[in-house]
Amino acid sequence: MREQRNLEGYVGFANLPNQVYRKSVKRGFEFTLMVVGESGLGKSTLINSLFLTDLYSKDYPGPSQRIKKTVQVEQSKVLVKEGGVQLTLTIVDTPGFGDAVDNSNCWQPVINYIDSKCEDFLNAESRVNRRLMPDNRVHCCLYFIAPSGHGLKPLDIEFMKRLHDKVNVIPLIAKADTLTPEECQLFKKQIMKEIQEHKIKIYEFPDTEDDEDSKLIRKIKERMPLAVVGSNVVIEVNGRKVRGRQYPWGVAEVENGEHCDFTVLRNMLIRTHMQDLKDVTNNVHYENYRSKKLAAVTCNGVDTSKTKGQLTKSPLAQMEEERREHVMKMKKMETEMEQVFEMKVKEKKQKLKDSEAELERRHEQMKRNLEAQYKELEEKRRVFEEEKANWEAQQRILEQQKLDATMEKNKKKGKIF
Amino acid sequence: LAAEGYEAVCPGEGARAVPLSGHVGFDSMPDQLVNKSVNHGFCFNILCVGETGLGKSTLMDTLFNTKFEGEPTQHNQPGVQLKSNTYELQESNVRLKLTVVNTVGFGDQINKEDSYKSIVEFIDAQFEAYLQEELKIKRTLHSYHDTRIHACLYFIAPTGHSLKSLDLVTMKKLDSKVNIIPIIAKSDAISKSELTKFKIKITSELVSNGVQIYQFPTDDETVAEINSTMNGHLPFAVVGSTEEVKIGNKMVKARQYPWGTVQVENENHCDFVKLREMLIRVNMEDLREQTHTRHYELYRRCKLEEMGFKDTDPDSKPFSLQETYEAKRNEFMSELQKKEEEMRQMFVQRVKEKEAELKEAEKELHEKFDRLKKLHQDEKKKLEDKKKALDDELNMFKQKKTAAELLQNQAQQAGGSTTLKRDKERKK
Repeated sequence: MREQRNLEGYVGFANLPNQVYRKSVKRGFEFTLMVVGESGLGKSTLINSLFLTDLYSKDYPGPSQRIKKTVQVEQSKVLVKEGGVQLTLTIVDTPGFGDAVDNSNCWQPVINYIDSKCEDFLNAESRVNRRLMPDNRVHCCLYFIAPSGHGLKPLDIEFMKRLHDKVNVIPLIAKADTLTPEECQLFKKQIMKEIQEHKIKIYEFPDTEDDEDSKLIRKIKERMPLAVVGSNVVIEVNGRKVRGRQYPWGVAEVENGEHCDFTVLRNMLIRTHMQDLKDVTNNVHYENYRSKKLAAVTCNGVDTSKTKGQLTKSPLAQMEEERREHVMKMKKMETEMEQVFEMKVKEKKQKLKDSEAELERRHEQMKRNLEAQYKELEEKRRVFEEEKANWEAQQRILEQQKLDATMEKNKKKGKIF
Repeated sequence: LAAEGYEAVCPGEGARAVPLSGHVGFDSMPDQLVNKSVNHGFCFNILCVGETGLGKSTLMDTLFNTKFEGEPTQHNQPGVQLKSNTYELQESNVRLKLTVVNTVGFGDQINKEDSYKSIVEFIDAQFEAYLQEELKIKRTLHSYHDTRIHACLYFIAPTGHSLKSLDLVTMKKLDSKVNIIPIIAKSDAISKSELTKFKIKITSELVSNGVQIYQFPTDDETVAEINSTMNGHLPFAVVGSTEEVKIGNKMVKARQYPWGTVQVENENHCDFVKLREMLIRVNMEDLREQTHTRHYELYRRCKLEEMGFKDTDPDSKPFSLQETYEAKRNEFMSELQKKEEEMRQMFVQRVKEKEAELKEAEKELHEKFDRLKKLHQDEKKKLEDKKKALDDELNMFKQKKTAAELLQNQAQQAGGSTTLKRDKERKK
């Protein structure tokens, strides 16, 4: 039940923004900026110009002062304060990038660094006992393009393609004071064309409802990629002290909007969109990393096509579901096995029964056969007995006759005295 | 405005301070953050716990200057239910998604032993929902509607004496789960002197029972003073009213009695203004932060430990998330496999047993028929013997007969002549 109500009378939550402001100032801010580009493109100088400090100085020489054989990733952490606001700034430099003869995989250390910071954050976030979580993830990557005036180099394209879904990439034209405005325009057009062709996703400004802001943003978009000039040196021009580069033919002022886009970069990077860069890192790039990492854990050895619907769960819920599926599968298996078992038992029992019946039948038959023979025998005996009796009777009669006859004879012979 | 706003920074950890030679502009960061929050909108969830009739709904209406929904509750509820309503409010350019949760039927039952249970369950359920979202593989925390309770207003009945045992029991169960702000409801029923004593009594009872109520934070100098002063006024004695009475030439929120008018926003009459200041205007954000960093973390930690998650393995080496999940998964898979194996084994066993049974039956059958066969053969033999005996007798008889007939024939031949002689003599 949601209803929009405007309140009459004072409640006080309009003060929430102030509460947020107060708390954020107390907490302090942090930002990690990565700069990538070949040596000599003025990366360190630009950083010093952006933050109006000697990040890299005699005491803390920048990576450009050191010769590297392989691509390194180095970070420098500084604490800066302004207007009561504290910022922990981490600058990540990549000396050696693109400087070798064979630059295949020179982006790998960069990717590894970014991923390892995401991994640290993921592990810290996933602990049972969570504490203060410092955010060391890379919030923005300034990519320096050499001012050739022609187009992107294959290395530029390769790098940006590999990093655009891991970090906010902002391409810059370095040492822009070597290009005339017309050359610069053409160069920019060419670069943007190539970026679109290769479907490289560079950092995009968020849409805003405010008309003024959208006008500003459109202006910035027209100037992309920003062509910058940096300088550690302060020169006096017409009574003003400005940072610039002194040439025999004049001074290229860093903060002059007609000379280069430095101000645009600084305003956008620091004054208006620093928070958004952090938000996009957190909500998009980090979440991408995290879901890929966790999906790999959950779906070990499982066909990836099946896993699409499973990503809305936590790995534990995933396991629960798998457990349930397994229980069902086992039940099914069990019933099947049971059925087969029963069937086989029935078969066997039937066979046994048939066997028994067959044997019974045969036994019966034999019994009857035997009985018949018995009867036959009995009959034969009876006949024999009868015959025998008759004959014996006859014999007896004959014997008697014979005896009588002999007696008669003897009588006649007078043998009887 | 979920997780991300609360990462605490360890300022200067390994960082060296450097001076700036001009205005860089990052002092706009707080404004950038504020703009983002305002665009996103805020959310706040209040839980009102207290017996029926203590004016919870009226107080909410008064605090937020609006008429929220609902009819007054009856006293005959069978158990404690939690009813929550969400409202979208706006003040100036700030949008607030406010959820008010009411405990319906609290304290109305004869046996109140389980009264606190549904409240605890409700609070835990909100934590659980958030935890589930946080653990998902593909999650959308920044657009998640946070329903966790940020403040619990505990309404104490204005008896003037002390806390009821139900109050102590309930607050003790809730103090590790939510920010408790106890208030004395309908405090226009208590006189000023009684009120002071009442407050002292309540505070000491809370302390002696170890109930942790929410303390307004004093770590930020901007608000430390006002917060610590207000901490001393706890519990706030409030009066709520949405009715307006004309005082002087203004319409004010008040309750009109024959003996006078209690003005809600008059700080001499009650602590309503203090409550509003502390709850909304000064510490709303801190209440949200405490809920997230303290109460929720405690819930999460307990839940994960329950599920068997640890941060370090037996050798005290830290587990990475992946290792933990993988370990769990392996355990899980081997458990499933074991179950499957057990079932198969059981079947194999049954089959063996049944086979043995059937074999036994078969064997018995064969034995039976072997016996019958033997019997039959014996019978047959007997028969054969008898037959043979008969045949022998027959033969003997035949022989006897033949012999006798032979004798008779001889005798007849001899006797025949004798007879002939006799006959002849007779004839002479």
